[in-house]
Amino acid sequence: MKVRAQIAMVLNLDKCIGCHTCSITCKNVWTSREGVEYAWFNNVETKPGIGYPKEWENQDKWNGGWVRTGAGKLVPRAGGRWRMLSKIFANPDLPQIDDYYEPFTFDYQHLHTAPDVAHQPTARPRSLVSGERMQKIEWGPNWEEILGTEFAKRSKDRNFDAIQKEIYGAFEKTFMMYLPRLCEHCLNPACVSACPSGAIYKREEDGIVLIDQDKCRGWRMCVSACPYKKIYYNWKSGKSEKCIFCYPRIEMGEPTVCSETCVGRIRYLGVMLYDADRIEEAASVPAEKDLYEAHLDIFLDPFDAGVIEAARKEGIPDSWLDAAKASPVYKLAIDWRLALPLHPEYRTLPMVWYVPPLSPIQSAAERGRVGMNGQLPDVASLRIPVRYLANMLTAGDEAPVVRALERMMAMRAWRRARNVDGVEDRAVLEQAGLTVAQAEDMYRYLAIANYEDRFVIPTAHREYANDAYGERGGCGFTFGNGCSGDSTADLFSTRKTTGYVVGR
Amino acid sequence: MNYFHQFAFQIYPYIALAVFFIGSWARFDYAMYTWRTGSSQLLSTRGMRLGSNLFHIGILAIFGGHLLGLLTPHSVYALFITAEQKQILAIVVGGIAGLLCFAGLVILLVRRLFNPRVRATGSFGDVLVLVLLLAQLSLGLISIPRSMQHLDGGVMILLGEWAQHIATFRAGAADYILGVHWVFKAHILLGLTLFLITPFTRLVHIWSLPLSYIWRPYQIVRKRPATLDYGRRA
Repeated sequence: MKVRAQIAMVLNLDKCIGCHTCSITCKNVWTSREGVEYAWFNNVETKPGIGYPKEWENQDKWNGGWVRTGAGKLVPRAGGRWRMLSKIFANPDLPQIDDYYEPFTFDYQHLHTAPDVAHQPTARPRSLVSGERMQKIEWGPNWEEILGTEFAKRSKDRNFDAIQKEIYGAFEKTFMMYLPRLCEHCLNPACVSACPSGAIYKREEDGIVLIDQDKCRGWRMCVSACPYKKIYYNWKSGKSEKCIFCYPRIEMGEPTVCSETCVGRIRYLGVMLYDADRIEEAASVPAEKDLYEAHLDIFLDPFDAGVIEAARKEGIPDSWLDAAKASPVYKLAIDWRLALPLHPEYRTLPMVWYVPPLSPIQSAAERGRVGMNGQLPDVASLRIPVRYLANMLTAGDEAPVVRALERMMAMRAWRRARNVDGVEDRAVLEQAGLTVAQAEDMYRYLAIANYEDRFVIPTAHREYANDAYGERGGCGFTFGNGCSGDSTADLFSTRKTTGYVVGR
Repeated sequence: MNYFHQFAFQIYPYIALAVFFIGSWARFDYAMYTWRTGSSQLLSTRGMRLGSNLFHIGILAIFGGHLLGLLTPHSVYALFITAEQKQILAIVVGGIAGLLCFAGLVILLVRRLFNPRVRATGSFGDVLVLVLLLAQLSLGLISIPRSMQHLDGGVMILLGEWAQHIATFRAGAADYILGVHWVFKAHILLGLTLFLITPFTRLVHIWSLPLSYIWRPYQIVRKRPATLDYGRRA
């Protein structure tokens, strides 16, 4: 057993209102620069939809993630080492910028400088890449916002597999949900495995996956290898960039920017202990539907004396072990089985998990024909098809999704019975397999969601700090050479890059 | 004229190679963030699959051929192959690789110049590199019919002697190629110039041939060793 710790995240989709505050604050901090205008380390998609970049979930198209060979070995879907290198001159799986969207601005200055003309002047769009006039904006970072395109286009969503999707094109049957997405900081990251330079790595102390900007040569294999399409090629610097899980904040015990600014309080951050020796075993179980359970299996119980002893031997500080005991992620993912991984079938063992959303009862139920399953409304009567959520979160296995939805409904019903009717409805809890104490905790973490319950982040230890003496007079976090956020041109073809503020 | 010849083929090679090696080292050390392939495939894939693959396969074959062909002493390869046979081999393999590379290079140059996104985001250096490579490749291809006129391997041996004398810091290297056709001289001069500009262009990515990918494990975990013994760490 080799114990390792990771700061993991859970997003409670039941409470996401799709306000994009996470995306905007993230963008202003990390990607408000030339070369990554099109890149959103965090974005929020409306589902069903093909998402950002287009059809990112369609691995037949992008060849991302891992596949298990007949012999039971794991290889990147794009191919083994020689095959990967053979694609280095022109990566056939690389998305083009149009698959994200061509970044644009508007000629605002024209509104000030236009001469006296018969028609009101307008600010027309202009490409931020080529600088050319764009006649028509064809796609944007969130083009499908609130079901913003035709169903025929949206229904290419891969989560519709094994669903009779045609009926969801009708207005009465339609449904939607929000899906905020960021790097999954996987235990078995496909991007790391695809990097010819070996520039991408996982940090042992906190599991954050980073790209060494000095070592990256811009071979761009990671962009296609990541099945979540969360690595972005910076066309200006020629390096790939990705979500850094706000590691400068995490090291100080502060939540990531997206978590801190979430107005819906849907995000949770906490320590998870796992057995690093069993990563490969878990990622290569034969059946895709077993991947969720296999992933759960390699998480370690922070209260187990053997685990604590082994963790101390690995040098994990006691403050981290204490944080693991109070981890909201552990409660949501393990204790209550509410949080589920996003697309476990990619075999990357993602570490950003999602609580599936409840949705309104179908209109049939309103007319008194509500399908009841014992004490609870039948989850099959919810607007969002369970199968759709299962395709997204459990490789198609509906049971874990049903359990999570029933537990959330049971907690609500129990709470409603207590507050409105003044009775303790234990039967509803029992049906969902919950105790009163668990339901109390669930209520505290899901409904109240206090700051200190949502974010239990131990600070990085002094012992991990580098010798700061050598960095005296240096600068902290920059993009490029030099200390300022903007870099200037020099002899070695450094390109002048300018930063800008989004949404001002 | 002789002074120019001596400068171009006895002194300039050392200037070019010194800038190449020291400049590459300086850039690697001082500005590693700028060390990149400079791929623009994200902005436009059109023409990349054919153009980039043809170009790279062609130029790697040509580069390897030049390296082996010029720097292997006559006495070594003579054990296996005569100079005449080696020249025929060089003409055939070099010619095929040259044509592949030429086709790819033209595609890449057209893309670089006329694709609005690639044009707007590329630098002067990106265009310069392609133009110089195209000129160099053309000179190399033009030299093939010239070589066909003397298939005894004599000129090839002279060129090899020049390169080996330069590589081993011996005087009199330039004298070997005093009498060769101007095409060969121009080809050498431009080739040296390509070495000269390498540290300042995207060509540095030649150094980064990622062969270690073949044997490295798929997953990489970096550890920051916990210690309070700051004095001993750099």
